[in-house]
Amino acid sequence: MASTLAPVRPTRRPADRHHRGVGRWLVLVLVGAAALAMLVPFAFMLINAFKSPGDYSTNGPLSWPTELYTGGLRTYWEQVDFPVKLWNSIVISGSVAVLAVVVSLLSAYALGIGRVRGRLWIIGLFLLANMLPQEALVYPLYHFAKEAGLYNSRLAVIIIFTVIQAAFGTYLLASVLGTFPRALLEAAALDGAGKWRILWRVVLPNVRPTIAVLLVFFFIWTWNEFLIPLVMLIDNQTQTVPVAIATLQGDRLMDAPTTNAGALLSLLPTILFFLIFQRTLARGITAGADK
Amino acid sequence: MAVPDTVAARRPAATSPPSPTATAKRRPSRPDAAYWLFLLPGAVLFLLVIGGPLLYTGYLSLTRWSGVGEPRFIGLENYRHLLTDEVFWTSFRNTVAMIVAMVVVPTLVGLVLAAVLFDTIGRRFRPRTAAALRAAFYLPQVLPVVVAGIVWGWILRPDGALNGLLDAVGLGALRHDWLGDPGSALPVVMAVMIWVQIGYPVVVFMAALERVNPELYEAAEIDGAGWWRRFRAITLAQIRPETFVVGLTCTIAAMKVFGPIYALTRGGPENATNVPSYFAYFTFFKRLNVGYGSAISMVLTLIIVVVAVLFIRAQNRAEQRDGAL
Repeated sequence: MASTLAPVRPTRRPADRHHRGVGRWLVLVLVGAAALAMLVPFAFMLINAFKSPGDYSTNGPLSWPTELYTGGLRTYWEQVDFPVKLWNSIVISGSVAVLAVVVSLLSAYALGIGRVRGRLWIIGLFLLANMLPQEALVYPLYHFAKEAGLYNSRLAVIIIFTVIQAAFGTYLLASVLGTFPRALLEAAALDGAGKWRILWRVVLPNVRPTIAVLLVFFFIWTWNEFLIPLVMLIDNQTQTVPVAIATLQGDRLMDAPTTNAGALLSLLPTILFFLIFQRTLARGITAGADK
Repeated sequence: MAVPDTVAARRPAATSPPSPTATAKRRPSRPDAAYWLFLLPGAVLFLLVIGGPLLYTGYLSLTRWSGVGEPRFIGLENYRHLLTDEVFWTSFRNTVAMIVAMVVVPTLVGLVLAAVLFDTIGRRFRPRTAAALRAAFYLPQVLPVVVAGIVWGWILRPDGALNGLLDAVGLGALRHDWLGDPGSALPVVMAVMIWVQIGYPVVVFMAALERVNPELYEAAEIDGAGWWRRFRAITLAQIRPETFVVGLTCTIAAMKVFGPIYALTRGGPENATNVPSYFAYFTFFKRLNVGYGSAISMVLTLIIVVVAVLFIRAQNRAEQRDGAL
């Protein structure tokens, strides 16, 4: 892609700088082609998700489906009990998003507004925690979860990711709250509001856009997590959407059309979520940029 | 399409670490003990899920243990073994390949793409055109990377879509077992990782360009500066903080990469695409050599922490330099 773009240096442009020139069309075509190339794998997936196995084996991966075959989708849906997987992913990601935001807010309140001693070290620690490879935690977590009877439970995964996401959330919110207008806090304190009340009545409403962004990101990040759910969730009743398809890879059930149908089903929720929440995100991002 | 860039959310934090100076100086001592209570849930959970397990992995790296019974303390034996383990060195060499595929190439291409989308397409066509194109590049970033990996794994199979495509255009001679051949597996995995990663810098850099004063470009253009001059003098200079953030987050992601390797090759063939995180996972759960897996994880952790600290220090220094100007 780099090589196709390099020669695109639009040469001298006429005086009217907007909406003129052949160069801009050339640039558009090249970038457009690159963007289309990005989507080719999805096109392959879509075409083959609706093929029957027979159609696939006679006509190969490139042909248009001879009929709109939904057997692959149905097989995957039923065999992996897809609604259960979907529900598991929703429960885990939703709980993590909410709990991690609450924990982040409480910690960030102490660090950003309370300015407790050693806060820079604490914030640095949270930041580093977010960067740790999960391999450095996974075996003890797996072992302790077994000891505590939480192995193969959604609760274990929820607790773990609440902490991992909150490590990032604390870092971000602490820096946002570090610039919180002191006058607002002092006014509320003069009115006799306690710390708890100030947090919910003064601080929270002011950082709501950042919180919205965190909620959405925590949800998506947790949804897409793989290693820890793979290790912790081992049966049909507990697995998440990505883990379900990954553990079936290579299974006899997964012929090419079923694989593609499963991938399509697994990708749809994320795409939907992305489309639904993009406005919240845009709002939150601009709000965050103001600071 | 308003794209949720993870970095726009991260950026304010990463570029402006909390600066307590002004207010803290004015009010030197009011350490309010009551605030510690708010830190309590976070601290307890942190120790339980991150601090404790990390220390325990550190301890396990000094033992031999299969996961049942008692770990047996063996000192630095695991680390000594790592030094002479071919697979370990291969996995870290492959990390360099992952950094090329997930940091170097996406950042360079992303800079050019973001500038072209913003400066040329956004301003010479409608901004919506640029936003739609941006969304296409960003799409792989929001999807579960494992699922994308499975689709790619099928495309690259001997009977998959890529070979089918080669046949269809008369290049059947190039048919290949892309992921099955130790010679081609790593470059092919790198190509997939570029595809996964490219949208991230594009979105971050485009968001960064939004805050650059458009008059700068207009003025430069009136003064006769060509695209390349504007790119170097304005774009690169203005979005350096974002370049740091992208560099840091992508480098860490590259060193931790696991899901795509699991879905595409499971580290094979013949360890050609093995990476430290997969090597550790395999050693923990397939070879049941928990002590050795812990040692791999600790080395990886140490390297990541060092790289992160170096990045952040370099960024702080650059910011101070800018501040001094």
